[in-house]
This record gives sequence, structure tokens and C-alpha cells, in this order.
Amino acid sequence: MISSSASDSGVPVVEIEKGSSLGKDAWYRLQKNKLAMFSFWFFIAITLICFVVPLIPGIPNPNKTYPDLKSMDAFQSAVSKDGEKVFYLLGSDYLGRDIFSRILSGGRVSLGVGFLATFVSLTIGVLYGAVAGFIGGRLDTIMMRIVDVLYALPFMILVIILVTIFQNSLWLLFVCIGAVEWLTMSRIVRGQVLSLKNQEFVEAARSLGLSNWRIIIRHLIPNTVGPVIVYTTLTVPAVMRLEAILSFLGLGVQPPHASWGSLIKEGADRMVSDQALLIYPSIVFAATLFALNFLGDGLRDALDPKTSKD
Amino acid sequence: MTYLELDNLTKHFEISDGLFGKKRVVKAVDGVSLSIEKGEILGLVGESGCGKSTLSRLIMQLLPPTSGSVVLEDEWLANLPPALIRERRPDFQMIFQDPNASLNPRMTVYSTLVESISARHPRVSDNAADAQEAVSELMRTVGLDPRYMRKYPHEFSGGQRQRIAIARALGTEPKLVIADEPVSALDVSIQSQILNLLRKLSRELELTMIFISHDLSVVRYIADRIAVMDEGKIVEVGEANAVFNNPQHEYTQTLLKAIPQIRV
Repeated sequence: MISSSASDSGVPVVEIEKGSSLGKDAWYRLQKNKLAMFSFWFFIAITLICFVVPLIPGIPNPNKTYPDLKSMDAFQSAVSKDGEKVFYLLGSDYLGRDIFSRILSGGRVSLGVGFLATFVSLTIGVLYGAVAGFIGGRLDTIMMRIVDVLYALPFMILVIILVTIFQNSLWLLFVCIGAVEWLTMSRIVRGQVLSLKNQEFVEAARSLGLSNWRIIIRHLIPNTVGPVIVYTTLTVPAVMRLEAILSFLGLGVQPPHASWGSLIKEGADRMVSDQALLIYPSIVFAATLFALNFLGDGLRDALDPKTSKD
Repeated sequence: MTYLELDNLTKHFEISDGLFGKKRVVKAVDGVSLSIEKGEILGLVGESGCGKSTLSRLIMQLLPPTSGSVVLEDEWLANLPPALIRERRPDFQMIFQDPNASLNPRMTVYSTLVESISARHPRVSDNAADAQEAVSELMRTVGLDPRYMRKYPHEFSGGQRQRIAIARALGTEPKLVIADEPVSALDVSIQSQILNLLRKLSRELELTMIFISHDLSVVRYIADRIAVMDEGKIVEVGEANAVFNNPQHEYTQTLLKAIPQIRV
């Protein structure tokens, strides 16, 4: 323990020392991991660019077509026949749309799906798993068998059926992905809670007369934070990949709207004539997924109970 | 005056050997009757696995008994609905064996102790200054510096953690404290500090205490009366000195012989 200077000087100053939480310790360890920190800032930068840069005036509308300005090269400025001046940072596609702003707009959808679906799966999974694990017994068996049944459903067929019954919409995408991704989260949290609930601090909490709900919220869930954070950072890229797969198959985002998955599909369709259309979105997408996976790995090391104090 | 009375308290666990194996019944606590006077320290001794910890969890209402009753000041706890038991819980608290496991690693000392104090005074956290003062006082009682109230359990030593656990048990202003091997996870040099603290507190706060241990010398140091437990049964109860100097039961005699002695 580091004592403050106040105690050494002999002056009776009642100065409350701040503790270092396990979270702070983990952050400290993460900062030593160069690759994870680079990935962390890279991911923040990508997110900021996707959401902030389109607000800058002069960035072309991602959905506006300029039929006379097809397949321009990168770093080119051109004037359309309506007299509009357009600057193509990464060139234009087969309809004269700006690839750069389409990547940003696709990024907003991909990241949005990633975050929202992860948030949905996090909320459902953590609460479901914590309740099942803590209550235990027959309720636990029933709840986990439901999870098993949902696991057994083939995801692609489920999505295809849902998409054909209801129209294509972004919300459906959230629901489908969220409905699948919380299963693993609930299993992880249940496993954690099973091992935690027999620890003496939970018995101590019961001895204080706390309700089950308070014990779950205040004592059990905070102690599952390590594995949950790790799994969350790995869920975001998994969800984004799922969305990309669906869009690639034409089940996800519909034109003229874009996501990174649908942009890659458009690029793949015109791979021979215009490589830029495939290369730029793929690089951005792959780099983002890499960053998130490296960050997840780094967090796992930083939060690993074996390397942490006690 | 009798504060706690156990009448024929029994806890059987059913254990099945494998999936299709026969069910075995383990009699962890087998018909224990005991009465504990207000303000006394009862030492409960017995070897590992004799049911001491199960008995303590039965008294704490953390486990439902198979049969028998726990009577606290004329109130039958075993028959109370869970909501009423929860209301009664601040009166009896427990100090656990391993302070590494009994403190929530994600909560500061402050939040741990506020939670305990609010079991008796639910409105204590309404006013931050009051709560801080109450926590400071509690920490001073167990010999901890209140400056460290915002720290987390992993930042304290084993002895200090056990002091935090004791403070948490005292925060509800209990009348009965069960100490389940509170010093066996600690270094010998720290053990005596914690024992002295417990003895001092039980005198000052007029606590009734059940002190569980497998270490006879520790129990002799702190207890007024001693109950010896073997295979789920109480085999001998008596004044501490009487049990030590003139053990009646065969098992007690064996236990006493097992204390290592240094001959000069």
C-alpha cells in the first residue's frame, strides 16, 4: 500500500486515500500492451471518423449519383454536368458516388449494428445468465435448455425466413443478430455466477439480509465484469461480421444504403473492372475487425485473474 | 439468560454416487442441542469435517435444517417466513474463515461497510457525511485507519482484511456473532492480534459469540465454555478449564493429546 505524504509529515490530516480498483489495475496493464493500445486508439479513431467527418461541409453525399463521373481515380476533383464540384478522395464508383463517403456511411451502419446488437445481447445475456446461475435448481435447468434449443436453430435459415416474412429492415437485422448473440454471453455469465455464488462474500451478503435481486446486481454481476468485457469486445466484431455476411448475401442492408458488407459485395461484383471498389472497404473492414480482436485479446490478458493481484 | 437455543438440530445431505449410483445420506449435523447464554463466548471445537461449519450456517439461516429448531430470544427462526428472517438477520452475523473470499473484491471498504450499516439503519447512505462518519467509527473500532476507506480488499494485508470482515459483521450492531475459524487463514503473529480484538470487542459490545476452531489452544484462549463436536454430534460441553483439565469424553481426550507440546 502506498501511503500519502500527509501521514509521513506527522500532521493529523484526515485525507482519504483513493484505492486502485481492479479496473484501474487492468487499464494500467492494458497500457503496457502496445498492440492492444494501438488497436484501441485505432478503433476510436475509425468510429470518430465515421460519425464526425460526414458533418464537415464539402464531403459528398454518399447516395448521390453523378452518372457522368463514373469510376474516377483517387484524389481527383471533377465538375459534374450540373456544375457541381466534387472531390473524390478515394475515387468514385460505377454510379459516380464518392467511395470515401460511402465507406463512412457504411461504417456508421456496420458499427451501429455492432454496438446495438452487442448491447442487446449483453443486457439479455448477463441478466439471464446471472438469474439462472444464482437461483439454480429447476429454473436453471429450464432456462439453460431454452438456450440449448435456440442454439440448435440454424441461424441462416432463421434469418432468411424472417427476412422473407417481414420486409428487409435494419431493425430486423438487430433483432436477428441480438437474438443469437446473447446465448453465449448468458452461458459465460451463468458459469461465472455458479462459481461465485458459493463464495463467502455472497453468504455474507445474504447474512446482511439483502434481497436476491440486490445480491445479483451488487455482488455477482460486478464480479463477472472481466470475462464479460472480454467477450463483449469479441462480440462486436463477430456481430459486424455477421451483418457483413448477411449484406453480402443480399439479406442485410439494401441499396442505396450501404454497410461495409454490402460495399464489399458491390466491389466483389465488379472486381475485374474496378478493383478500388473492393479494396478500400475491405481494408477498412478487416483493419477494424483486427483492431477489435487485438483489443479483446489485450483485455483478456489485462483482466486475467491469474495475472492480477491475488 | 439464554440467548440462543438449538434443539435437536439436524442437517442431512443426500449425495448420489455418479449418475445411477445409490443415494447416500451424510449426517453433517446430527441432533445438536445447545444453549448459549447472553454475553458468553462458546468455543466449538472438532476436527475438519465434523460439521462445525454446517452448524454455523444452520444457525445463520443460510441453510435450511432437515429437522430441529433454532430459537433466538424465544423466537423460532426455523418456522419464520423468509421475509421475517431477513428482518431478523442484522441480529446475528458471521465472521468467515477466509478474508480473501469473504470480501467482495469489487467493493471498497466504504461500500462494504455502508451496506452492512444500512442493514440496521437503512437511511444511513442518504447523507454522505453521516455515512462517512459511521464508517470511520466502525473502522476505528476494529483498529483500522479510516483514511483507507476508499481502498479495495486486495490492497490490504490478510490481518487487515479480517479486520474489515469483523467490521462488516459488527456494522449491523449484532447481538450474536459466529466466528467460523476466523484466524486459521492468518499467520500466527497476526492470529493473536485478531483474537485479542475479538475478545475485547465481545466484552465491550456485550456480544454473544460462537467461536469455531479446530485449534484447541486458540479456543482455550478465548472461550468461556467449550463444546466438542464429533461426527455431527456434540460429545461434551463444559466450562473451558474443566474441559481442558478434566476431559470426560474419549474423543475430547484424543483431541487434547493431539496438541503438540514442547518439552524442555
